[in-house]
Formats: sequence, structure tokens, C-alpha cells
Amino acid sequence: MTETTQMARLGAVRPTAEIVAARLKRRHNAERRFRAVGLGAVLLALGFLGILLFTIVGNGITAFVQTYVRIDVTFDSALLGIEGDTGPDALAAANYQAIIKQSLYRTFPEAKTRAEQRQLGAMVSSGADIDLRKMLTADPSLLGQTRSLWLLADDDIDMAVKGHIPRQQGIAGNRLSDNELRWLSELESRGAVETRFNTLLWSSGDSREPELAGLWGAVVGSIFSLVITLLVSFPLGVATSVYLEEFAPKNRWTDLIEVNINNLAAVPSVVFGLLGLAVFLNILGMPRSAPLVGGLVLALICLPTIIIAARAAMKAVPPSIREAAAGLGASKLQVVTDHVLPLSMPGILTGTILGMAHALGETAPLLMIGMVAFIVDIPATPLDPAAVLPVQVYLWADSPERAFVERTSAAIMVLLLFLALMNLSAILLRKKFERRW
Amino acid sequence: MLRKTMAVAAIAVASLAVAGTAHARDQIRVVGSSTVYPFTTAVAEQFGKTGKFKTPVVESTGTGGGFKLFCGGVGPDHPDISDASRAIKASEIENCAKNGVSEIVEIKIGYDGIVLAAAKRAKHIDVTRQQLFLALAKEVPVNGKLVENPYVTWNQIDPKLPTQKIEVLGPPPTSGTRDAFIELVFEHAAESFPELKELKKTDEKAFKKAYSSIREDGGYIEAGENDNLIVQKLDANPNAFGIFGYSFLEQNEDKIQGSMVDGVAPTFDDIASGKYAVSRPLYIYVKKAHVGQIPGIKEFLAEYSSEKSWGKTGYLADKGLIPLADGERKEWATKATSLVTLTK
Repeated sequence: MTETTQMARLGAVRPTAEIVAARLKRRHNAERRFRAVGLGAVLLALGFLGILLFTIVGNGITAFVQTYVRIDVTFDSALLGIEGDTGPDALAAANYQAIIKQSLYRTFPEAKTRAEQRQLGAMVSSGADIDLRKMLTADPSLLGQTRSLWLLADDDIDMAVKGHIPRQQGIAGNRLSDNELRWLSELESRGAVETRFNTLLWSSGDSREPELAGLWGAVVGSIFSLVITLLVSFPLGVATSVYLEEFAPKNRWTDLIEVNINNLAAVPSVVFGLLGLAVFLNILGMPRSAPLVGGLVLALICLPTIIIAARAAMKAVPPSIREAAAGLGASKLQVVTDHVLPLSMPGILTGTILGMAHALGETAPLLMIGMVAFIVDIPATPLDPAAVLPVQVYLWADSPERAFVERTSAAIMVLLLFLALMNLSAILLRKKFERRW
Repeated sequence: MLRKTMAVAAIAVASLAVAGTAHARDQIRVVGSSTVYPFTTAVAEQFGKTGKFKTPVVESTGTGGGFKLFCGGVGPDHPDISDASRAIKASEIENCAKNGVSEIVEIKIGYDGIVLAAAKRAKHIDVTRQQLFLALAKEVPVNGKLVENPYVTWNQIDPKLPTQKIEVLGPPPTSGTRDAFIELVFEHAAESFPELKELKKTDEKAFKKAYSSIREDGGYIEAGENDNLIVQKLDANPNAFGIFGYSFLEQNEDKIQGSMVDGVAPTFDDIASGKYAVSRPLYIYVKKAHVGQIPGIKEFLAEYSSEKSWGKTGYLADKGLIPLADGERKEWATKATSLVTLTK
């Protein structure tokens, strides 16, 4: 208000051109400020994304390698407890831990007391025996021989090698005793410590030992769940939207349904989990923790997204196409299946993939149906218990062992990779099939 | 393509109906406490490695949530074992019985210490449970009356404590650790104040409310269920303290230290001997009706109660479980193998 009166007063004395120039300048300045604010917002968002990615990658990148130590292992049949009997059953049940411990004691003979030997034995992972079992079962002639083998290191040793646990001796409360640190340095000086690509992370299921824990069980669980989700939500969603968009009369009922579908899209996902618990588990008696149930619950979450996207895509098909088809004698069904659906498919697929990407990142609804659980075995069918990727992230983030910190970040990276791939395919599909009228 | 998708969907829906019919289960299912979860999962993994049985599935639902599922009934749709960070309540036994779960085997597996920890470079402190109550309760007795907690710094409570702001990171109300902390520290401390003791005699309910309310004015910060996060925050802020289970202290002793409570530091030995006051027993509960129905329960219990798992140098001790005393261990192991059921 004061500004306009001021301007009016100034206007009385200044020539018009000057006023216009001043006003123009002010308008340009306003625009420049607006642009700067917009750009600032984008940069801020990118900055946060950068920080997020930087911390996750910084924390997690080391989880993709794993430390191994080289030890001379003697396949001593007396220690293995399989004297005489070398059948496959005996080889499978043999005590491989004993020969690993014995080999460690021989490598570091200065460890004499029980406490020292315990520390020494703990340097190699409790899962290292699996490799030895595989070797000996494949080649029983190894019995009695000595081989120089790379064994999986314990998680604390792994953390020390990667620099997450201090290497100086004499720190009170360090996870690794001075003895262990000295032995580790000695192994390193002999070239008997190596980091390799962490294959277990990709091939095994969950474990309480960080060095043995893998994502494969969760990846398979996620794939099973998403396939079920797709099989259920895509046909249902498309059928619903075809009916609502092309066939249903426009009346109060369809309006009500439409409002409700839009509302469903905003319902917190944990509510769908409760629904799944009540209907699928308690009434239908389906198994707990199964990807089948997880997929069904996630399908419910996806449905509104798919329906809304599919209806929008069908609305975008010009009426002239429907009219032309009808004019040439096509029935209503033919118009839909031969013209409307193919033309709206890119939009429907994009919506579906975005809905699935959303489903991939859900944990809350799965908590209710028992998928947030410690599951070691890799699921073979959608009826077997399984976890999914975000659940694995959640479980590892809550584990006390230090080595799970980097593995949590690694799991997040894998999850983000999947999400990025799904979103990328959505973009490519749209690019490829998109039509402009 | 559309027709094909529709056909596949029809098959999927049909398979749901098949899955809907009750199925036999060949895998042990465990639910319950998140405190016991790290231990039961470790046993489950070892048990699965022997290869004779499938690895049990362990869910972390919280003690109360676990009993709710456990007491839901008998049959393959209901879990076989429930982890608990406290003993089962009479009301839960009743609820179990109502649903046909009458024979429950209780096995005490060890102890868990709750620690008050700070960054390693922070000053080492020694607090009593009374001082902890004064620092963290919502209402504290001052001059014979219960008032809103007036203490801002530790040295206001006791000049011997450091001159720093009271800042404690701890678990949210849904956590069993918090329940145990309130019971072991607050309830015990409250009874030592004459004002509150008086209240207990006159109004038991008001007394319970008084000792179980934690201050909400910023002195106590709810840090979510993620104890790793608390550890990281303590490491960054030497003035803050954190409350969590002993296993997190044990795994991070190069970064954080446990404060002494009533003059005793939370060490493995002192928690095991019962000298450290803030510790609680941990249990697992087994449904006897499922033994013999679900394969492997007996063997699983044998693994759990073996010396190589819950013994003094067993792998559960490595995970932070404080083992029972030798005699106690033997006694509970016998109960586990002979499946002694709870009597009311």
C-alpha cells in the first residue's frame, strides 16, 4: 500500500520512461530471485541426496570385500574323527573345526594357555569349515595331506583389516586382544592376509556371523513377493480401471468407488499388513512369513497406484480413436482390447512399475505377517519362509556386531540399485512406447 | 498378451486356495523378545548347520507380542517357542490355557545386564540407582513433596557427579529394555524415598505411576529401538549417556564404557554373579504339545542347553549372553531335556 502511494508521488515528478524502466528492473530482479530460490531448492535436495549416497557408499563399500587368511591345513583323519571310514556321511559329519584350530596352533606355537588358544581359534570364522568340508568331500584323497588354504577370517579380524577396529595394541576394551593384533600383523607380513570379492554376500542367506551373512535369501524373497504382487495387482488393477473408465455408468456409486480408491492410495501401509494378518493368515490359514502372503499384501498396496495410473492413461487416449473404431463396427470390448488398452499400455506399465518399486521398499506391512524374521535357508518356493531386502536392512541395522554396520549399508546399496533399475525400466518403457497425438 | 496375463492370474488365485488349506510344518518357529533374538538366532543357525533339520525361523516381536502369538493355540499355524526377557505373567498363562495351550515348558537361558554407558573419552562416573531415578524420573520428591523434575545437571543431584547436563539416550516405551530398566532401577529406587514409600501404602496405583514415568523435558531422549544408533551418538557426544543391553557394550568397548551403578561396573563376571544390580533373567518358553509334532524341537532344546552354546565359554557368551551359574545351568538343562511343564 505504502509502496503504491510512494510510486504515485514519484510519478508526479519523474518522466514515464524512467518509471517503466525502474518497474521493469524490479520485475526482472523478482524473477531472478525466484529463479535463484528454485535453483537453491534443487541444489539443496541434490546436496542431501549426495550426503546420503556418500555416507551409505562410504560405510558400505568395504562390505563387498572380505578378508581371508592363509593357513597350512593338515587333513588329519584322527582329528577329523573319521579314522578308517571315508564314506560321504562320515566326511560330512567330520570335525573340521578341530583341524582348523590345530593348524592355527601350529602356525603360532607361542599360544600355549587355553585363553590364548581360544583367542587364536577365534581368528578364523566359525563358518570356514564349510569350505574344507566341500574340498574333502570332492576329493577324499586329501586325507592326511597338508595344503596351504585361504580361510574365511572372523568378522573382528575383517574389521581390523578394513580399519574399522583400531590396530594399535594396548587399547583397553578393543574387540581384538593384543595377541590377536600381533598375530594378524605377523600373518600380514607373511603375505597371508588378503581381501577378496565377498561372494558369500551374494550367495548365502542371513547369518548371525557377519562374515557369513548374505543377501541372497532376501533377494529371492523379494523376487518371489514382487512376482506375486505383479500377477495379482496388474490384472486386477487393469480390469478395474477398464471397467470404471470404459463401461461403468457415471453415477453416485462409481463416484464413491473412485473417491475410495484415491483414499486407499494414502492409507498407511501397516494397515494393509493388519488386513493381511486378519484375512490371509487367520481366516484363510496361509503360512506365516511366506512371500506368497507378502506378495498379496503388497499387491493391495500397489492396486490404488496402478488403478489411478491406468485410468489416467486411458483418459489420455483421444475419443476420436474410440469413435473411429466404433464407426467401423467394432464392439465396445473390441474398442477396448484392440485400441484403448494398447495405446494406454505405456502409461499403465509405468504406473505399475512405480507401484512395484514402492512395494519393494516396504517393511511395515510385512512385520505383521511375520516376514521380519531370522531366516537362514534360501526359499525354494513362495510358500517357504523368506525375508525381503528392506527387512534385511532393518534386521542388520539392529544387530550388535560391528561388522553389520557396513553390511547394512551394502544391503541398502543393493536395494537402491534394484529401485533404480525398476525406475529406469519405467522411463525406458515410456520413452519407447509413448505416442503423441 | 492380455489373455495370457489373465490366465496366469487365474492360476495364481487358484494356487491361493490350495495354500489356504492347512499345511504340515517341518520347521521350528520361534517368536518373541528382541533381547533374546540374537541368542536364539545364533542357536538356530548352529542347529541348522548340522543339516538334519531345517533352520528354525525366529521372529522378533517383543516379549508381549510373542506370548500373544504363542498362546494363540496348538497346531502348525502357531509358533512352537516364545523368547521372553521376563517371566511369563499369570494372565498370559491363563490366556494360553484358554486357547488350549496348557503345557508350557519354561527354560531360563541366562542373564542380560542393562548398562548406562558413555563415550570412552567421557568422565567415568559412579551413580546409585536413587541418583538415576532423580535424574530421569518425571516427578521426584523434593522436601517431602513430589514435584516436576527440577534437576538440569548431574551435580545438582550430587556434587560428586560431573557438572554436565543430564542427557540420556534410551529406548522408547515399546521396549522391554525400558520396562526392565524401570522395574530394576526406578521401582527399587522409589521405595527408598520416604515420600514415595508413604504413597505406596496409601495408593498403590499412584505409586506405580510415579515411579514408572520418565521425564519428557529433554533430559531423557528416546532414541528408537536401534541401539547401534545410540552407540554412534554417544561416540559423537561425550556428555551424553545411553541405556541399552550389555551385548552392545561388549561389542563396542573400544568406543564406549559402562558406568558403575551402585559401585559395580557392568562387567561379564559381575553381571553373572548378580553383583551388578541392573540385570534380568532371560527365558524361552516351549509348547510341549508341539514336541513330536514339529520335527526337531527336542534336538533344538538340547542344542540350546548344551555347554557349547550357553556354557561359560559357549558361543552365546560370545554374543553377549551372561550365562547362568554352573549349578543353575545343570538344573535348567535337565528341565529342558525332560520337558518339565510350568505349574501354577
